[in-house]
Amino acid sequence: MQSMNIWQQLAYYFSHNGMYVLSEFSRHFLISIYGVILAAIVGIPIGILISKHRKLSGWIVGMANVIQTIPSLAMLSILMLGLGLGVTTVIVTVFLYALLPIIKNTYTGMLNVNEAYLDAGKGMGMTKVQVLWMIELPLSLSVILAGIRNALVLAIGITAIGTFVGAGGLGDIIIRGTNATNGGAIILAGALPTALMAIISDLVLGALEKKMRKRTI
Amino acid sequence: MLLEMSHLSKVYPGNKVVVDDFNLDVEKGEFICFIGTSGSGKTTTMRMINRMLKQSSGTIKINGQDIAKMDPVKLRRKIGYVIQNIGLMPHMTIRENITLVPKLLKWSEEKRNERAKEMIKLVDLPEDFLDRYPSQLSGGQQQRIGVVRALAADQDIILMDEPFGALDPITREDLQDLVKDLQERLGKTFIFVTHDMDEALRLSSRIVVMTGGKQVQVDTPENILRKPANDFVANLIGQDRLIQAKPSITTVGQVANKPVSIAIDQPVVRALDIMHSRRVDTLLVTDAEQHLKGVVSIEKINEYYHSGKTVGEIMDPNVFYVNENSIIRDTVDRILKRGLRNVPVVDNDRKLVGIVTRATLVDIVYDALFTDDGITTDSSTDASSKSEEQKEKDGDQ
Repeated sequence: MQSMNIWQQLAYYFSHNGMYVLSEFSRHFLISIYGVILAAIVGIPIGILISKHRKLSGWIVGMANVIQTIPSLAMLSILMLGLGLGVTTVIVTVFLYALLPIIKNTYTGMLNVNEAYLDAGKGMGMTKVQVLWMIELPLSLSVILAGIRNALVLAIGITAIGTFVGAGGLGDIIIRGTNATNGGAIILAGALPTALMAIISDLVLGALEKKMRKRTI
Repeated sequence: MLLEMSHLSKVYPGNKVVVDDFNLDVEKGEFICFIGTSGSGKTTTMRMINRMLKQSSGTIKINGQDIAKMDPVKLRRKIGYVIQNIGLMPHMTIRENITLVPKLLKWSEEKRNERAKEMIKLVDLPEDFLDRYPSQLSGGQQQRIGVVRALAADQDIILMDEPFGALDPITREDLQDLVKDLQERLGKTFIFVTHDMDEALRLSSRIVVMTGGKQVQVDTPENILRKPANDFVANLIGQDRLIQAKPSITTVGQVANKPVSIAIDQPVVRALDIMHSRRVDTLLVTDAEQHLKGVVSIEKINEYYHSGKTVGEIMDPNVFYVNENSIIRDTVDRILKRGLRNVPVVDNDRKLVGIVTRATLVDIVYDALFTDDGITTDSSTDASSKSEEQKEKDGDQ
């Protein structure tokens, strides 16, 4: 072991614990995704609501902003007091952090839909719900997607510290590395896949967003 | 009566009156233009028809039904609606855009597809455009689609709010022709808001001139050109258009000269007498009731002078004539195209009432060109050059 350099050690780690890294990778990814999906389920309707009632927007966005200012480790600890150890606490934390980008982008996206389309839609006899589903949402989808993309990248980072409340994920491997003497390679074995996950999610959602935007100009 | 608007007004908070006591009855198949400066309330009035805005007072009835008692969504699906250039949904294909209202009305997909094909044929665009997105079409093509989208669900009334304002002049004229043609072919009723007088004059069967929320004049384009209600309307039309329009609103009867005629049973000798004393080279031949029968020229009289025949026997019965109520502009065209030196004017019973000569036309063109200093237009310059060439050759008749 001592004779290997850090990269050889890393390769050695992967070759012996490949399946373990993979399972933590998917666990990590799923925790992030669940949190973001929940945030989308709650955040998109809130974003739509505040775009219709502009007075509410200051309050809601302000609140989401406050959440954002709390350090994630602190948030995790506070929630742990209520929810206990485990995956749930991490998912709720991810959910809270993902809310702001999703609400904000939904709000902006909805406001940026050209009035003329709404006027045309209404004038042709669409109900309010039809205007929302057939015009507003499709046209703001790319902006909403950009929010989800931000949220997911953020979530992947937050999930990494979820290891402190025993949620598992790639954070486990990183912590193991910090506890071991000369654990640099183990830290990398956790950190590199985390970074990779963030970058790939960003690229994939970015491409999707671009595809959506093409049709909305 | 298809559409009745009575005592409509719209007052915004702060007592800002935008539309003031607007009254208009529209028959099926009419093409109504609302014209006025910005802030005249024309768009506001139009938007009250499909309840995009609610009037402060007054009623609107469609086919006798008060629209205030109808479901606004259902009402709007029965009224076509075209707004300024960007009405097409960018995320929908042309097919989806055209059949948007049919889709809202829950037509079957088959029927919608069929309609989309029909509609795109109507505006002379290829069928494979149906699967394109609006951004892949030019501005003019997009607005063509916008026009047929308003017709796709068999709407009877079409509202248009300055639909061609952002297009270049050539494309705009194309679309105006298209709209006029569709309107005449399909018998739809159009309410068209514009601030372009040329557009209004070109398209409408009646024009509603508005300023400050009030109707200033409601009349046919011809009558508005002939008798603008006040200075505002005259200014809106513009001095040059008023002069230019003269040939297009003046009837033949108004400019015709007194004809020189001869009864059909008179001898040829008598014809020459009349020609000599009135200094003309052709005579119009009429019967005892003044009905136009034919024309006789000096050449014929020369040929048959000693034959002792009557005028009726040697006259040329195939004479080209115009009705006294026809517009002078059309007559100018016909006279010039046929190379005629003069055209008899008859009333509805084919009785001779006058004659239009090339000299008359010269007068009209001269008026059009020179009553106002230096104002000339392409069309009238064209006509004048042709007439002036002939001026010297032609006598009175």
